[in-house]
Amino acid sequence: MTATAPEMRLLIIEDDRESADYLVKAFREVGHVADLASDGEEGLAMAESGDYDVLVVDRMLPRRDGLSVIGALREKSNRTPVLILSALGQVDDRIKGLRAGGDDYLPKPYSFAELLARVEVLSRRNVGPAEETTYRVGDLELDRLSHRVARGKDELTLQPREFRLLEYLMKHAGQVVTRTMLLENVWDYHFDPQTNVIDVHISRLRSKIDKGFERPLLHTIRGAGYMIRDGIR
Amino acid sequence: MTAFGKLIRTTAFRLTLVYLFLFALFAASLLGYFAWNTRRLITEQITTTVNGEISEVTDIYTSRGLRGLVFTVESRALRPGANLYLVTTPTGQAIAGNVGSLMPGVMASTGWIETAYRRLDEQDTATHRALVNVTQLSGGFRLLIGRDLEERRRLFGIVAQAAQWSLLVVVVLGIGGGIFVARRVLRRIDAMTGTTQRIMAGDLSGRLPVGRSGDELDRLAENLNAMLERIEALMMGLKEVSDNIAHDLKTPLTRLRNRAEEALAKSGCEADYRVALERTIEESDGLIRTFNALLMIARAESGQARGNMDNFDAADVASGIHELYEPVAEDDGMTLRLKTAAAPLHGNRELISQALANLVENAIKYGQPAAGPQPGPVVSLDAKQILIEARRKDDIVLLSVTDRGPGIPEADRKHAVERFVRLDSSRTQPGSGLGLSLASAVATLHGGELRLGDARPGLVATLAIPSRTASIERISPQTQDVPQKVA
Repeated sequence: MTATAPEMRLLIIEDDRESADYLVKAFREVGHVADLASDGEEGLAMAESGDYDVLVVDRMLPRRDGLSVIGALREKSNRTPVLILSALGQVDDRIKGLRAGGDDYLPKPYSFAELLARVEVLSRRNVGPAEETTYRVGDLELDRLSHRVARGKDELTLQPREFRLLEYLMKHAGQVVTRTMLLENVWDYHFDPQTNVIDVHISRLRSKIDKGFERPLLHTIRGAGYMIRDGIR
Repeated sequence: MTAFGKLIRTTAFRLTLVYLFLFALFAASLLGYFAWNTRRLITEQITTTVNGEISEVTDIYTSRGLRGLVFTVESRALRPGANLYLVTTPTGQAIAGNVGSLMPGVMASTGWIETAYRRLDEQDTATHRALVNVTQLSGGFRLLIGRDLEERRRLFGIVAQAAQWSLLVVVVLGIGGGIFVARRVLRRIDAMTGTTQRIMAGDLSGRLPVGRSGDELDRLAENLNAMLERIEALMMGLKEVSDNIAHDLKTPLTRLRNRAEEALAKSGCEADYRVALERTIEESDGLIRTFNALLMIARAESGQARGNMDNFDAADVASGIHELYEPVAEDDGMTLRLKTAAAPLHGNRELISQALANLVENAIKYGQPAAGPQPGPVVSLDAKQILIEARRKDDIVLLSVTDRGPGIPEADRKHAVERFVRLDSSRTQPGSGLGLSLASAVATLHGGELRLGDARPGLVATLAIPSRTASIERISPQTQDVPQKVA
């Protein structure tokens, strides 16, 4: 997948042995280090002592509920980013999870590509240009204050939503963002459209920023989503 | 518990006993007051009469002397009646009157006294009671005038008897009435209990008997019946969901399994495996989507999704969905138009957005205009246009999607909202067949409905939602979901 992401240290708190082993293996294959805790108490102890970039926490755990693990960490001012995995995929459960201190929420069943993309975006290693006022990828420039976008010397005119779409992609330049992440973060919808709405929006954006330029910046990552990056990097 | 034990434990019976006690107390005090007053009145009458006679007789004694006194007393003593007279000499000898004997010492005192006496002309030995007044006359003579108290005693007896009888009647009627009322209530409660036990045993179609009196038990039964109606509908929904899950999820699961088996059986090259695996993932993604939609519908229908209600403008939802789907529609050769007016709403924004998105997706999928000449359109839309509209009519917020496609025949419209139903005309199109059911469930959750109408030509699908429904107001405190605190 993406070899560009720096190595991360992950803690997976998940009681189902098989899916936990699968996750550990899959994360290792893409170059990350993943530790495993199989219940809430063990997970909490490991999360407190270890220096992890992201915690992947199942909601329903033996000995200590996932949300309670997060709450305990947050109470001790441990701000490690947390992604909650849950079989309860409904909107209100997601909100409950985020209120308890989670940073992202992924309903089961999920695809590993989706999980990986979200974990990489969450990771502390990838703080990135979040607070900068200008994002740059190659010769593409986006000014967050004046809402101006330019590629090389050409000024580009984007619709407000296209601007926000590009802003999100550039904020996470070099990282895969999935369709669901775009729908959640750019449009703030949490349902699953039956049609390829996001692809159509992306292709419109692509025709504005990449069309007529020699080097494409907006890439489709097969089976995962999209990524904006300077091809040569 | 025995039947009688059950009876006397009823609230109705206990209330009756309390009332019985209160009424008995009331009757007793009424009669007591009456008796006491009557007695007082009779005593007053006696004293007035006796006083009058005393002054008459003393006048006669003063004017006509002892002779006149004796004459008058004798003649008055002979009159029939209950008046008593006695005149004694200073030595205490009776010289006139109708009193035979008195309690000792009566003649020695003066003024009012109640005494036992015997009449002079009476043969029997029975003594009677009388209220008498003894007056000292000049010359040492003493005059006693009084009246028998038999009348007063009899009257008192009548009152006492009346009190006994009325108490008896009150008690008998009270207990009888109590048992009657209690049994009536008990019978109805027993009927209700019987029905609820039948329902608990699994017969959800049972309903409580509702009388025609419209009393509190009838109203309770009506409300319980409404509740049972809702429970039955929910159970039916649940059963339907599980039936549909069984039917419609097993088919793709079987397909999935067959493919995996086939790929295993055929010793193909890596590329073949890859294709088979990719199709497996695709199929399972579709399954997950269907599953999620089903869960969402079930949650919306059971009212569980009532959390996260807030105030927003339906016009914003409409323009958001318009913005999201506009490029997709354009790719399909359609134009998505938007027409909004402010329409404030209290509800679950996410669900309403999703419901509207489903309607738009349907319009894009099935709203391609049918060939052939068409009657004049009701809504001014070009053939390839889809209109998303948000407006408010009275207290109802209307979110509608109008297309110029073939529409849905009136007979099929109700059917179209059901789960998994894909009308024959759309069988060839992809989709789970859950879009309209979800939209309908969301509308129901908000106390509204999904209306399918004829746009002549085309379909107009409208989410009609009360801008602020009572049911939502009632549960709104729950929306203040407190973040989970951890000890």
